Amino acid sequence: MAISNEQMKDMYVKMRRIRDFESAAAKLFAEGKIPGFVHLYLGEEAIAPAVCECLRDDDYITSTHRGHGHIIAKGGDLNLMMAELFGRETGYCKGKGGSMHIADRDKGILGANGIVGAGHCIACGAGLSINIRGTDQVCVCFFGDGSTNQGTFHESLNMASIWKLPIIFVCENNHYGISMSQDRHQAIKDVADRGAAYNIPGIAVDGNDPMAVYEAAEEAVARARAGKGPTLLECKTYRQHGHFEGDPAIYKPKEEQAAWMEKDPMPRFAGFLVENGVMTAEEVEAVDKQVAKEIEDAIAFADAQPIPGVETAVVDVYSDIVEEVRDR
Amino acid sequence: MKMMTYSEGIREGMSIRMREDPNVLLFGEDVGRFGGCFGVSAGMIDEFGPERVRDTPISEGAIIGCAVGAAATGLRPIAELMFCDFLTVGMDQLVNQAAKMRYMFGGKISMPMVVRLPAGAGTGAAAQHSQSLEAWLTHVPGLKVVYPSCAEDALGLMLSAIDDDNPVMYFENKVLMGVKGEVNSLEPIPLGKGKVCREGGDVSIITYGKQVYDALEAAEKLAADGISAEVIDLRSLYPLDKALIGETVSKTHHAIVVTEEVRRGGYGGEISAIIAEEFFDYLDAPVARIGALDTPVPFAPVLEQYYMPNAADIIKAAKNMF
Repeated sequence: MAISNEQMKDMYVKMRRIRDFESAAAKLFAEGKIPGFVHLYLGEEAIAPAVCECLRDDDYITSTHRGHGHIIAKGGDLNLMMAELFGRETGYCKGKGGSMHIADRDKGILGANGIVGAGHCIACGAGLSINIRGTDQVCVCFFGDGSTNQGTFHESLNMASIWKLPIIFVCENNHYGISMSQDRHQAIKDVADRGAAYNIPGIAVDGNDPMAVYEAAEEAVARARAGKGPTLLECKTYRQHGHFEGDPAIYKPKEEQAAWMEKDPMPRFAGFLVENGVMTAEEVEAVDKQVAKEIEDAIAFADAQPIPGVETAVVDVYSDIVEEVRDR
Repeated sequence: MKMMTYSEGIREGMSIRMREDPNVLLFGEDVGRFGGCFGVSAGMIDEFGPERVRDTPISEGAIIGCAVGAAATGLRPIAELMFCDFLTVGMDQLVNQAAKMRYMFGGKISMPMVVRLPAGAGTGAAAQHSQSLEAWLTHVPGLKVVYPSCAEDALGLMLSAIDDDNPVMYFENKVLMGVKGEVNSLEPIPLGKGKVCREGGDVSIITYGKQVYDALEAAEKLAADGISAEVIDLRSLYPLDKALIGETVSKTHHAIVVTEEVRRGGYGGEISAIIAEEFFDYLDAPVARIGALDTPVPFAPVLEQYYMPNAADIIKAAKNMF
C-alpha cells in the first residue's frame, strides 16, 4: 500500500521531535541537569519513525541503550521522558530507570535496555506470547550493529525463525560498536547477510532515508502479521555524536563524519517533502516551531517535578514485598 | 491423601495451573517429546500439546529471555533450564532483565515467570552438572527463590510460584526426583513459609532441599545420644521465614545451618549472619555452618561423596555444641 501524505508528515514530526529532544538532552547533560549517561539517537532519526509508522498501538517494540528515538516514535510521552531523564518522581519510571530504562506498557514499549543484545531475546518472548494468545500483533526489535556479535543475536534469530515469530529485527547499523568501527568488529559489510543463516529475509536499506525504511518495514510487518515469520532489516546510518555524551569520539575519522553529515536525514527529508509537494516550506517551518515548543514544555515540566523521596527506593522491587529500610 | 514422587509433585503443580489457565506454558530443552531430562514433564506434551509444552533449541539466553518477554506481555511462562549450572549462559536475562524490569520501569511491568532449576550433586555428573547455585540468585533483589524437599511442597510451591507476579526461581534437587511422599493437599504453599519437620528442644538444624533428609537422619541418631534436634525446612530462601528461624533458635539456643552449596559465599552464610545479627541473645554457642567443600564438584563417587555435606557432619557439629 502506498504511503499517504499524512503518514509522511507524521514521520517528519516524529523525526523532528527526536532531533530536538536529543539536541536538548545533549545540552542539558552538558549543563549537569541530567545525571548518569545519555546515548543519543542523533543522525538515526529516519529509522524508528518510519518503522513505527507501520505499527499499531498494540504492537510491541524492544529498544536499546540508545532508546529515546524508539520511544518517541512509538508514541512515548515527551514530558514523562524528560522528567525521567531528570530523575524525577513523576518520570516514566519514577526516577528509578533513567535514560536507559524507559518503558511504557500501554504503548507496547517493552523497555529501553542497558545490556547490548538483551532485547533480541525479550522480543522472542513477546513474539511467542503473540502466537500463544493468537493475536495478529507484531514486535519490532531495535538494535545496533554492535549487538549482532552477541550470542543472543544468534539464539534469538534462530528461535524466531524456527517458531515463525512475528518479529521484525531492525538493525540500526551506525557503523560503530562504542569505539570499534564495523570493519574492525565484524568481517561482513551487510548485517542483512546474516538473515541467510536463519533462512529469513535479510534486507539492507539506506537508514537515512525514511521512505526506504518505511517501504522495507511495511513489507516485513505485513509478513510478520500474516504469520510468515521474522525479517532482518538492516538500516545503514551514522551516529553523529559519540557513544555517550561526553565521548569526544576521537576514533571517528573527520572525513567520514563530514561525509555522513552531508546525508543528515533531517534536511534531506524536509527537502524531499517540499520537493514532492507533500508539505510546503511554511508547513515544515510550522512543524519545527510546534515541536520546539513541545520540547521547551517538556523541559519546563521536568524541571518542575519533585525529586523522589528516599523512602521510594525500597518500593517496586517486587509486586508484594517492600524491602527493608535501614537506618543510615 | 496420595503418594507421589517429588518429580510427580512438580509435574502435577504445573499441570494443575496449565489446565486452569491457557496463559501458563512450559518451555525448555527437551521438555516436550523427551519429557524433560529428568522425566519431570513426561506426558505433559500429550495433555497440553507441543505449543504449550515446547521444546527449545539449546539457547539458555533465549529461553530465559523468552520467559521475560512472554511474562511482560501477558503470559505466565515456566522456563526450564536442564541443569541449574546452565544459569551461567542465561544469567543476563535473569539478573539484568527479569529481576530488574519492575523496578527499573517504576513498577509498571509485571514479571510472572518461573524458572525451573534442577540442582545438586550425587549423580556422578561432575563439576558442570552438579552445582548448588542458589546463593547467586538469593543475592539478586527482584528474584524470589524456592527449594522444595518433598512431593507435597514441590506441588504447593509450584502453584504459588506460577501464581506469583514476580520471577520465581524454583530449585529442584535431582537426587530427590524419585523420592515418594504423601501429598495431602493440592493447595498453594505460600512463599516465605518454612516448616518444622521434626520437633526438638536442644539444637535447631536449619536447612532445605536434600539436606532435610540428612538433617532428619542426624536428628534420629542424635536422639539416641540424648540430643533432641529440631529440623527446619525453610522451603523458601527468599522471602525467608525469619520468624520461624527466630522461634526455633529461641527454643533450642543452638543453630546448625546446613546447605549443599560450597560453603564460601553461600546462602548458609546469610542465614547464619541473620541468626547472629537478630537472634544472638538466644544463642548459647556459635552458629555452626555446614556446606560442601570449597571445590568444584568432583566426579569419582568416593570424591563426590566426600565433597557433599552429610548427616555425620551434622552430628559432629551438634555434639561439639554440648
